[in-house]
Amino acid sequence: MPLVKNGKISRDALVHVADDAPIPDGGAILISAARFLEDPEALSRRAGGTGVIWPNNRDVDDLVPYLDRLAVVALVFPTFRDGRAYSQARLLKERYNYRGELRATGQVLRDQFLFMLRAGFDAFEVKKDSDAEAFANTVKRYSVFYQPTGDGRMTALHRRMMLRHSESASQ
Amino acid sequence: MYAYDELDRTLINERVSEFRDQVKRRLSGELTEDEFKMLRLQNGVYLQLHAYMFRVAIPYGTLSSKQLRRLAHVARRYDRGYGHFTTRQNIQFNWIKLAELPDALADLADVGIHAMQTSGNNTRNVTSDQWAGVAPGEIADPRIWSELIRQYTTLHPEFSFLPRKFKFAITASAHDRAAIKVHDIGLRLYKNAEGETGFEVLVGGGLGRTPFIGKTIKPFVHGRDLLSYVEAILRVYNQYGRRDNIYKARIKILVHELGIEKFAQEVEDEWQQMRATDTALTLDDAMIEDIRSRFSYPAYEKLPHMPDELKKAAHDAHFEAWRKNSVAPHKVSGYAIVTLSLKPVGGPPGDATADQMDAVADLADKYSFGEIRVGHEQNLALPHVARRDLPALWKALDKIDLATPNVNLITDIIACPGLDYCSLANARSIPIAQELTRRFANHDTANLIGRLHINISGCINACGHHHVGHIGILGVEKNGEEFYQITIGGRADENAEVGTLIGPAVPYGEVADVIEDIVEAYLALRAQPDELFVDTVKRLGVEPFRERVYATR
Repeated sequence: MPLVKNGKISRDALVHVADDAPIPDGGAILISAARFLEDPEALSRRAGGTGVIWPNNRDVDDLVPYLDRLAVVALVFPTFRDGRAYSQARLLKERYNYRGELRATGQVLRDQFLFMLRAGFDAFEVKKDSDAEAFANTVKRYSVFYQPTGDGRMTALHRRMMLRHSESASQ
Repeated sequence: MYAYDELDRTLINERVSEFRDQVKRRLSGELTEDEFKMLRLQNGVYLQLHAYMFRVAIPYGTLSSKQLRRLAHVARRYDRGYGHFTTRQNIQFNWIKLAELPDALADLADVGIHAMQTSGNNTRNVTSDQWAGVAPGEIADPRIWSELIRQYTTLHPEFSFLPRKFKFAITASAHDRAAIKVHDIGLRLYKNAEGETGFEVLVGGGLGRTPFIGKTIKPFVHGRDLLSYVEAILRVYNQYGRRDNIYKARIKILVHELGIEKFAQEVEDEWQQMRATDTALTLDDAMIEDIRSRFSYPAYEKLPHMPDELKKAAHDAHFEAWRKNSVAPHKVSGYAIVTLSLKPVGGPPGDATADQMDAVADLADKYSFGEIRVGHEQNLALPHVARRDLPALWKALDKIDLATPNVNLITDIIACPGLDYCSLANARSIPIAQELTRRFANHDTANLIGRLHINISGCINACGHHHVGHIGILGVEKNGEEFYQITIGGRADENAEVGTLIGPAVPYGEVADVIEDIVEAYLALRAQPDELFVDTVKRLGVEPFRERVYATR
């Protein structure tokens, strides 16, 4: 499954560690929330870096104490029709100022890339190769946005205000 | 009228390109039907019994003549020459080909019409009072706020995959013509004691298999905070709304299961946290003013209330019958709001042919400053008609069969497409409506009965809003046969109520007889001639009706 990061297909530096497998001493790992919460203090301080797969039916508040020590938070789309992780993503990025990698996992498809990007995701475990290859073009589909999110894209309302301002300034 | 600017135009054109690409990938097999289904739904495309059905949004029920002509063009070019106006200010075309849909969308986008989010588990078309901006006594034009919400909810990255569909309705009048109490969020615009514009916010109303009347979640939200408050509601719903059972996924179930107080507290907590960290959604006056400035209002003339043309026409009984029924007061003296009944005797409710649409567009140009409205009762309206033009307009409407004087009467029936078109339906709706319009075709009888709304749904999903019909008719299936449950006493206005079952379901062939018996019971039971049907039911309850109607059955 290709990983798209910073807009490009990239190698996944994280090793997925199953719940019954031993945690390696070094290297970056990705583990389940249940595994992580067994010993969050130690696991979040691992030298190699730790990522957590956070399910979409669990409050992200429980993750907040460890956010500045986590390398990756992976949110889950069990199907692309289940949109809970969009809210979790915005809360992590916009309310709790999470600055690590925010990864979309599960049924991650081309036609949701832009929504995910706008909600704060910056890494994508994409289901299909053809979708991963189309990432750069797909996220350019739109140039107008009606609502503010933490992605910094200016909304139509604000662009109109600037337009009015420059019109009146040039008169 | 709201005029799109360059940004609005760019966005809908980008949407058309995106959908063109998605259709191409579906036709080539690159997208599976499962992957494509939600994408097409979010562009208003359903797969129905016989073909694809295409639902186009008419935000807050306002159309220009140019836009209506383009809808006529779509009906002619891509469909079978007619369209069906729905109960949520949409129009549906029933015979569209998938491969041609991108072209149809592009043709509509040219005139600022879209089909975004007219289906799917997202925020749907924002509906409002079809008399917005012209109704006497209205506090302010609710379409300004409808448009703000339309923009805010369009392609929202967080809320495009909600547990279930989500509908907004807004009114700014004391008499609610937008049915806000049966919407997921209902907004009533008013001014508080300080003279500030804001909203009473209702949540959790809805019909379907579990009907609920919306409850007030916050008595006053300032206009500048409207979007952030709405975002707080949507965020709570997105996270906690049920996703395990499609029939329990609407926000009304979450509100019901948590209780309105607990739900309100969750929303309040979320809202306060949002406000503490983020002001991006706060509207300032200049933004609201900018939206307002793109609504144009006619340059009304100073005209007499009782012009000679009207005095002369008063001798024509047919004209007078129509005027008394279909013409409503306007906020500007000398003008009127004219409702165009799409409920001719024997016709399917809400249908209009392409020729009728073109003709109405021409009449709107001639008599209504080029503007047309669409109401949830599935009728059209011309919102700015000079009273002196009423006789001429009536003659023209009569020629195109749009002057049936039955607005708000027993034959002004709201009905879903039913088993004739819909893959969800258990029973037919349209033929029941057609039969009832024939039974009550006599205008004097209908007038004697007075205001009476009949609503028909062909299945429990309640697209015909049967729960809130004064008389509600619900099609069900019993051992492979069509049966109909009948309720009375429902209403969708500011005193919204869910109707009560009057007795056992009856077979298809008996529905019209039962309705006639109910009406006879009402005429016998009403306290005086101006006591409306729904008030008699309120006063006496269902029992006396049940006794009379079912005594001999």
